[in-house]
Amino acid sequence: MSARRPLPRWADVALLPALNLLLAFIISGIVVLIIGQNPIDALRIMIGGAFGYGEGFGYTLHFATNFVFTGLAVAIAAHAGLFNIGAEGQAYVAGLGAILAALLLDQTHWLLVLPAAVICAAACGGLWAFIPGYLQAKRGSHVVITTIMFNFIASALMVYLLNRVLKPVGQMEPSSASVVNAGKIPQLREFLPFFGYAPVNVTIIFAIAALIGTYILIWHTKLGFAMRTLGKNPTASRYAGISNSKLIMITMTISGALAGLVAVNEVLGVQNRLVLDFPSGYGFVGIAVALMGRNHPIGIALAAMLFGALYQGGLELQFYMPAITREMIVVIQALVILFTGAMEGLLRPGLETIFMMRSPEAKAEAVARETATSDS
Amino acid sequence: MDFELLISMLAATLRLTTPLLLACLAGLYSERSGIFDIGLEGKMLAAAFGAASVAALTANMWLGLLAGIAVSIAMSMIHGAASITLKGNQIISGVAINFLAAGLTTLLGLTWFHQGGRTPPLPEGGRFLPITLPFASEISGIPVIGPIYAGLISGHNILVYVAFLAVPVTAWVLYRTRFGLRLRAVGENPKAVDTAGISVTRLRYQALLITGVLCGLAGAYFSIAQGSGFGNNMTAGKGYIALAALIFAKWRPLQAMFATLLFGFLDALQIRLQGTTIPGLGWEVPVQLIQALPYILTVVLLAGFIGKAVGPKAGGVPYTKER
Repeated sequence: MSARRPLPRWADVALLPALNLLLAFIISGIVVLIIGQNPIDALRIMIGGAFGYGEGFGYTLHFATNFVFTGLAVAIAAHAGLFNIGAEGQAYVAGLGAILAALLLDQTHWLLVLPAAVICAAACGGLWAFIPGYLQAKRGSHVVITTIMFNFIASALMVYLLNRVLKPVGQMEPSSASVVNAGKIPQLREFLPFFGYAPVNVTIIFAIAALIGTYILIWHTKLGFAMRTLGKNPTASRYAGISNSKLIMITMTISGALAGLVAVNEVLGVQNRLVLDFPSGYGFVGIAVALMGRNHPIGIALAAMLFGALYQGGLELQFYMPAITREMIVVIQALVILFTGAMEGLLRPGLETIFMMRSPEAKAEAVARETATSDS
Repeated sequence: MDFELLISMLAATLRLTTPLLLACLAGLYSERSGIFDIGLEGKMLAAAFGAASVAALTANMWLGLLAGIAVSIAMSMIHGAASITLKGNQIISGVAINFLAAGLTTLLGLTWFHQGGRTPPLPEGGRFLPITLPFASEISGIPVIGPIYAGLISGHNILVYVAFLAVPVTAWVLYRTRFGLRLRAVGENPKAVDTAGISVTRLRYQALLITGVLCGLAGAYFSIAQGSGFGNNMTAGKGYIALAALIFAKWRPLQAMFATLLFGFLDALQIRLQGTTIPGLGWEVPVQLIQALPYILTVVLLAGFIGKAVGPKAGGVPYTKER
């Protein structure tokens, strides 16, 4: 058999991921058919719910903000060859930093609260990712397993803290005290009534900044270069004089810090207090977002918008088609992870063959090779 | 702690250990063959749903069990297709399987049974009931031995005995059969196995098949033996505890039993201590600490503070035959 020719760059970067995504959505549509609903109608309702009116769009942006943070968290780690499954736990623990900063500064001004909350949330999230990073760098335990374990440890820790430490006296529900003044960070609806009651807030500016910052970090700084080298070939980076263990710790800390910003968006932007299990899966969606976005900020921004729309459209869908619940989104997420991640290679051979057939020089070459082998 | 309480605690430990042990051994076959499997949770959850659905409809526990196993094998084969045939990332595939199971079970449960995602309660014959071993009531009067035999060893459903029987069987397969030798070899050095003329692909699929069967048993245990019917996310992270136990046991069968027994005991302890206070201090026992203990212990072990856990060498790497 002749050696496979690599795909043209545009097909590799755009066409193949798009086809994989399409496959994931087709199978999602089949699942909708199996539960006895019309996938076309469902799609129409979801698009309308996510983009059709101001408030819906505001919710889409709000969810997308979370997914940008978790997607970037997974992507930055992935560039350095690390798989951070712990964004969920990192965001959860970061809630602690966000709420404590906000409660402490509640009587001041939001211009003071916001940076303090961002720094504290990033620090807590970063710490929760630094530990697995340290354990991989210095003690050789794999970051995948450690971050899974840290998700569960975070969950137990937060249940304990909310029940025993943060819960105000006399309150039944396990949640922290609420912020009432400056701790509530400004909502975009205060300036743009277009957004209705949607909780999209100033954190979205940090999300945009994080996208740009990540692009610069990964492709235009020495640190980013070192990270990519580590991801491609750890031996090469060690020979190039890079301290791999230091780099792993730095990367994981940045990754966790980004995941931690979800807490600012959710805790101070929506709930105004720390509640049980507030990250509700956003960290895990980050895996799908990073895979779909191919670890590139532009891809991640698009993927985050898509998942934001899926979440908001999914909520809308529950009104009109009660048979399709929130779990449908989990199924779509799973299929996206499966087809754009694990089964990425499914369509590649077929696509390569098609491209080989279509390009004239490849055809000529194949013919030449065939005659050459038959001659000898 | 008095003797009777101890017996009932240990009996609870055995019941809580069973699904952990089955899932842990399932993971052992897969990971020993060089395929990481963080999808144990999803396979169990899907199997629990499949088993409960069929058992509820047919009122036959054996058909339920078979359905659970079939569903679990199907999930395992998706994992195989992604990670063996397509040479994809095994971790990502595992993550996808966990989400797929979490979403599909609830969605299909709602559509088929209209009970908020639960399956209907099992009819007569749809559930594995406790088995009283012979002479249990006769010798229960004998001090020490009697209660141990009647209260601890007897009175479990058949899957509990199957799980503990699977330990020596796995040890025998792994260390005393040709298949076991090849399985261990393929996880360490697939190239050597390939050079010896044995198909790496075939061997790994066989391993995943066994993983599917064992996860199916574990899942069925949740919904048609321990419980009566399926509930949303009823495996509740047990698949990850099994994974932790597998690392804790350093991928060895007998040690897997001890590790899962330890984690099962912690679970039983945590349930018993819920809402009680520490005598003398008046503090409520922080059960969350006990809940987190399996994970903390695994992290500590992995970090090499107590011994060192090194997995199969070829784990996580798809095998490509040289052209």
